[in-house]
Amino acid sequence: MSVEKLIFEKGAPGRHSDVLPAMDVPEQPLDDLLPAEFQRATPAALPEVSEIEVVRHYTHLSQRNFGVDVGFYPLGSCTMKYNPKINEETASMPGFARIHPLASESMTQGAIQLLYELERYIAEITGMQRVTLQPAAGAHGEITGLMIIKAYHESRGDIHRDIVLIPDGAHGTNPASATLANYQTVELKSDKRGGVDVAHLKEMLAKYEGKIAALMMTNPNTLGVFDERIVEIAQLVHDAGGQLYYDGANANAIMGITRPGDMGFDVVHLNLHKTMSTPHGGGGPGAGPIGVAKHLVPFLPGPLPAHGREGYYWQDAGPQSIGRVRANFGNFLVLVRAYTYIRSNGPDGLRHISESAVLNANYLMQALKSDYLLPYDRTCMHEFVLSADRQKALGVSALDIAKRILDFGMYPPTIYFPLIVHEALMIEPTETETLETLDEFIAVMRQIAREAREEPSLLLDAPHVTVVGRLDQTLAARKPDLCWRPDVRAGRPAEVAETANTR
Amino acid sequence: MSYVPNTVAEQEAMLREVGATSIEDLLAPIPAEVRLKRPLDLPPALGEPDVRRLLMALAEQNADLDHYPSFLGAGSYDHVIPSVVPQLFKRSEFYTSYTPYQPELSQGMLQAIYEFQTMVCELTEMEVANASLYDGSTSVVEATLMAVGPSGRGEVVVSRALDPQYRATLKVYAWARGFTLREVGLEDGATSLTALQEAITPDTKAVIVQHPNFFGSLEDMRAIEKVTHASKALLIVAITEPASLGVIAPPGAYNADIVAAEGQSLGSPMGYGGPALGLFATRSELVRRAPGRLVGKTVDNRGQTGYVLTLQTREQHIRRERATSNICTNQSLLALAATIYLASLGKQGFQAMARQCLQKAHHAQQRIAEIPGFSPLFSRPFFDEFAMATPLPAEQINAALRDRSIIGGYELARDYPEFGDALLFCVTEHRTRDEIETLATALEEITGSAE
Repeated sequence: MSVEKLIFEKGAPGRHSDVLPAMDVPEQPLDDLLPAEFQRATPAALPEVSEIEVVRHYTHLSQRNFGVDVGFYPLGSCTMKYNPKINEETASMPGFARIHPLASESMTQGAIQLLYELERYIAEITGMQRVTLQPAAGAHGEITGLMIIKAYHESRGDIHRDIVLIPDGAHGTNPASATLANYQTVELKSDKRGGVDVAHLKEMLAKYEGKIAALMMTNPNTLGVFDERIVEIAQLVHDAGGQLYYDGANANAIMGITRPGDMGFDVVHLNLHKTMSTPHGGGGPGAGPIGVAKHLVPFLPGPLPAHGREGYYWQDAGPQSIGRVRANFGNFLVLVRAYTYIRSNGPDGLRHISESAVLNANYLMQALKSDYLLPYDRTCMHEFVLSADRQKALGVSALDIAKRILDFGMYPPTIYFPLIVHEALMIEPTETETLETLDEFIAVMRQIAREAREEPSLLLDAPHVTVVGRLDQTLAARKPDLCWRPDVRAGRPAEVAETANTR
Repeated sequence: MSYVPNTVAEQEAMLREVGATSIEDLLAPIPAEVRLKRPLDLPPALGEPDVRRLLMALAEQNADLDHYPSFLGAGSYDHVIPSVVPQLFKRSEFYTSYTPYQPELSQGMLQAIYEFQTMVCELTEMEVANASLYDGSTSVVEATLMAVGPSGRGEVVVSRALDPQYRATLKVYAWARGFTLREVGLEDGATSLTALQEAITPDTKAVIVQHPNFFGSLEDMRAIEKVTHASKALLIVAITEPASLGVIAPPGAYNADIVAAEGQSLGSPMGYGGPALGLFATRSELVRRAPGRLVGKTVDNRGQTGYVLTLQTREQHIRRERATSNICTNQSLLALAATIYLASLGKQGFQAMARQCLQKAHHAQQRIAEIPGFSPLFSRPFFDEFAMATPLPAEQINAALRDRSIIGGYELARDYPEFGDALLFCVTEHRTRDEIETLATALEEITGSAE
């Protein structure tokens, strides 16, 4: 119902806020310090606004944004749980937020100790031997894990393994990461119960004998279903000489109940921004540490935190290490939050979290399966997937349902994923939602199902009460406008601006 | 501490509702043989005040920059962060949201990212910028993968003056993806043009040069550009200190193809090196090969302007194994911080900040050069970092500075043994003349030249 101008369209020439320190050294002529050919010719056209304008502008933008602190956010596979405020407080402590990664170890003892302990907590939670905290997100963990697997096979002279098996329900990052590690991907079918089709797995293992590098899996998978045949699957893959990679996006279901290491996985990543309550930040930062089984420890990226007689220190990686996968040690302030969370909850608390997440998901699933198709009707773990196929027959899609949910002040589920369910609505309530909120969501979903039958235009034209209406995605992709151009402000036609901006 | 709101009684009622007698019924699909039959071996839960005390005790064992003036850069920079930046980017409507899959409820973050993309284009004079990548090192990797293309093969030439951690990261990805890296040596602390020319072959897909380079020195980018574009290679410019763009010529001015930068300098706390902010910008015609999220402007069904994620057919959730990158979660919140930072400094302030860095760094370099035994290692122009040969082993000097609560420069021998005893100092606008004088006096005392 409103438009917020861009920051570039606000302010006036010469306006600014005074935030710089005093220029307290004798000033030398610019040309003496920086020969003309190195100097910038035109200053960047940054905004010219006062402090109050900056504050109001970004406060207004925040009011046009929806987060977990605003309302229910059941975005499947994203684990949008409450982000405890103490985590924000600890991550803001100057002794964490204002320290230099290259300062000597004696000046960063507390930081290394925290990482040393966190590594061990994550190893215990996942059932793995050692952990690297370097990866910045789940997908970064995936590529790191696959590189470790590659290095392992190569170290054994086993150089013909160029295939990674990936179930058809997998997150898109799995095949994308496999390509990045120079692997071919082969898709595994799901069976009727939503697990890996073991017959198909056997067929593929036979077809690509000696060529299987790894199987990447989530368990519980993206249907929210726990694959009961995991031990058999692990055995089959290991017998074929492959390694088992665990995509930990769904680990919120299993803490203290079962561990990927005990299921037979060789590499595991955890999304700390999901399971360990660190905020999603509007898209990031996250953290995707990976744990590995004993035989893969020599291949971990380095350095690793260590403890000796003189305190904590960074131990260089051994000769078989793949090397580092980023600068410095990881998304440290995210890791501080995860550490805070683990210490706050303790072992019983973490188990209670997973149990409660499973309970909340089952509660919603049971209540919604009469109004929406539930393609895999069995006990779910932390999430479940409905299909809007029945509504589709009435001319209303999963997208329309999602847009209508917005009108009720809730974020919609993940839609059109996993790809193996038509018109998918993937719902993950998390453990931090109250019974009242769950009941409210049930009521909303039932009302929407009724509207789909009786007044579908309400859905087709949704959303109605958000600051903007349904946005034209096709236009955005056909004529990409990715950057505001100062020329447009001067009132010149867009075509002219186009030429003027061609460098 | 527990953040689970529902009481035992409520959970029992919910169990009855789903037809279960206990939570065990719901966990039945997990086979007994993989169950954990003991509690996790972790420290017991702590209440909020105890957690705060514990973390405070760990934090206090670190030398924070408020108490230890730092002359260390080498990829992480201590710039002034205006109060408005954390006050605004920590608004929880922003930080508790996720990737804006449903744009109508995420206009705030989407608009901020559109502003961010615009500001990155302005700083770099490039045509398009994405919504962020993990950090500078992985941004250089993504740029390289983009230049190498879907085959994953070919050669990439990289300057030895690229941050050693970035080169190490690149090496791992080159091995995994299957392309070849060739390192080009140095002349007077900058990329050797002769060696560069010799390293480029018809198979070269990209040339990677950092500017200002790891030693703070300015490269001859125009000559490098000519040599690069004389072949079909793309020029990738790595930047670890984007504050430099307030005063030195940006990559767009010398025809860079891709800019891969670290944006921590722009309003993000140093945070022991992470989370950082990967900046990525390129030319319009290359946008469909670019990695990461892109926000575009569009209209809604009421005719109003709005913002959406766009060109998503490049991305992993659509294109899967044929995606341009595997990135999903990025660093949006730091991109937001950078946007607020740049709006806050503004057109004048950003230039003024950069000029202060330049002036203060030169003042410090001239002052330290007066101390017997210290001399500039290189003669090239620099921005806010400079390398000095030292009369004592660099570690010894740094240890003595530490005793005086000063964080000294980067010990170059850690990665460049060829330079012997040398320190790479960084002086930003945040350092005062007094702090610079304290450093210089300390160096005089430590090296025995004090009167």
